[in-house]
Amino acid sequence: MASCSVEDVLAKAERDEAEKLKGITVNKELDLEFDPGNLLAFDKNRIDTREFKDGKREDFLRSLARDNTQLLINEIWKLPTERVEEVIVAKLPEPTTLLPREKPAPKPKPPTKWEQFAKLKGIQKKKKTNLVWDEVHKEWKRRWGYKRAKDDTKEWLIEVPEKADPNEDQFAKKNKAKKERVARNEYNRLKNIARAQKIKVPGMGLAPTPKQSKAELAQAVNIAKISTASVGKFQDNLPKEKKPKNTGKRRKFQPLIGDFSSEKQKQLDLLKVMDSKKPRLDITKAVNKQMREEDMEARQKNKKDFGKKGQRGKMSGKGKGKAGGKGKGQGPKGKGRKPQMKQGKR
Amino acid sequence: MRPLTDEETKTMFEKLSKYIGENIKLLIDRPDGTYCFRLHNDRLYYMSDKILKLATNISRDKLVSVGTCFGKFTKTQKFRLHITALDFLAPYAKFKVWVKPGSEQSFLYGNHIMKSGLGRITENTAQYQGVVVFSMADVPLGFGVAAKTTQECRKVDPMSIVVFHQADIGEYIRSEDTLT
Repeated sequence: MASCSVEDVLAKAERDEAEKLKGITVNKELDLEFDPGNLLAFDKNRIDTREFKDGKREDFLRSLARDNTQLLINEIWKLPTERVEEVIVAKLPEPTTLLPREKPAPKPKPPTKWEQFAKLKGIQKKKKTNLVWDEVHKEWKRRWGYKRAKDDTKEWLIEVPEKADPNEDQFAKKNKAKKERVARNEYNRLKNIARAQKIKVPGMGLAPTPKQSKAELAQAVNIAKISTASVGKFQDNLPKEKKPKNTGKRRKFQPLIGDFSSEKQKQLDLLKVMDSKKPRLDITKAVNKQMREEDMEARQKNKKDFGKKGQRGKMSGKGKGKAGGKGKGQGPKGKGRKPQMKQGKR
Repeated sequence: MRPLTDEETKTMFEKLSKYIGENIKLLIDRPDGTYCFRLHNDRLYYMSDKILKLATNISRDKLVSVGTCFGKFTKTQKFRLHITALDFLAPYAKFKVWVKPGSEQSFLYGNHIMKSGLGRITENTAQYQGVVVFSMADVPLGFGVAAKTTQECRKVDPMSIVVFHQADIGEYIRSEDTLT
């Protein structure tokens, strides 16, 4: 009993070992291709269609899956391991198979307003240095940004221009202008983004900002009022609400083929009004009369002394030109001048 | 294309009346058909109503010109008269200047008219009055602005300018790209 039990035990042990090994080793015609990074194994072995006959199919598939998984896990065991919180973890390498895109490729962004303009004009981007030599401070400063070279708002002395109000704060004016420029730049940047993503941007004053001025709120109220199905016709007014000033279209033209006769009549009336407003044309007569008088004088003078004849004649011509020039400066059209002939007289 | 607004009509009439005075009525009110002014791309066109109705069938961006172009409105709404209006201004011109055959060429190249080139000038021309320039054979050559009154023109020396050049028919060749 003992001997056969020992033999049996040994045989059983051998069988167990073989089975274990059999469990781990898998025989395949072609070796599998592994991508441990993706935990992927490619099996390119041929499948015998006889295995797919009824009844055997499920078993065949199960054994195939088991074998391939075994091989994959063998592969994983070959990788370097590390211990993370009492668990042995294998470090996966980089995946080698290229997976197709999950989402569609990003569309190219539409060009911004500046980019469109630059393309149209053929303006190239010029590389600029980061630092600029500031002559005032005698050091290299940034071209833009914190502590930049030419900071408009940091001037210690601003001359008040001639036409400006003496009580106006020039420093505050520069600061305000800077803030406005920054705000406009930001607004344009957001508009560019909105155009790129085809989002509709609400007009000025409609997108609520933390601080809205009275005018902006009033505008928002007005626009909200007309945003109904009947364009605000049946909306009640608030007790002290004012009507908006420029409603509807800003410019309204006459229809292209309107009533021709009424158009003609309107134009003729306009002409009549224009004619009545023009001063009566005695300017030329006055000028001519003046010149005739001067000629007569000149002739009389010439009878007295011959030598100065040429000069007189020339002077009168020059004087006329000056007076005429002054006169033209006054009125927009030749006929609107007042006769200021006396000025040119010597 | 659109009809003119009141301000634009006023500006345009003022400009035209500098050259033809009250004869503008004859342009507006014609016995041989209704003619009208229309604006397209800042240019003023003068056309009959039949042409206008035909032109409405053409899209705005494809329409280059309708009828006769009288001139254009600048960005600041001032009206410039073009040479293409000459055919309508010449017969109604109030103040005319005839230029001698020798200096016709000079005028057609865009130079001002000097006293030496002046043939005739209508009596009582005011200074800076709009004038239409004719050759001695009564062919309209263009228009300009009188630099001197008729009286002055008689007295002044031959090398001084008597008519400032504004438009001449030589422009049909010189600036044919810009005329529509």
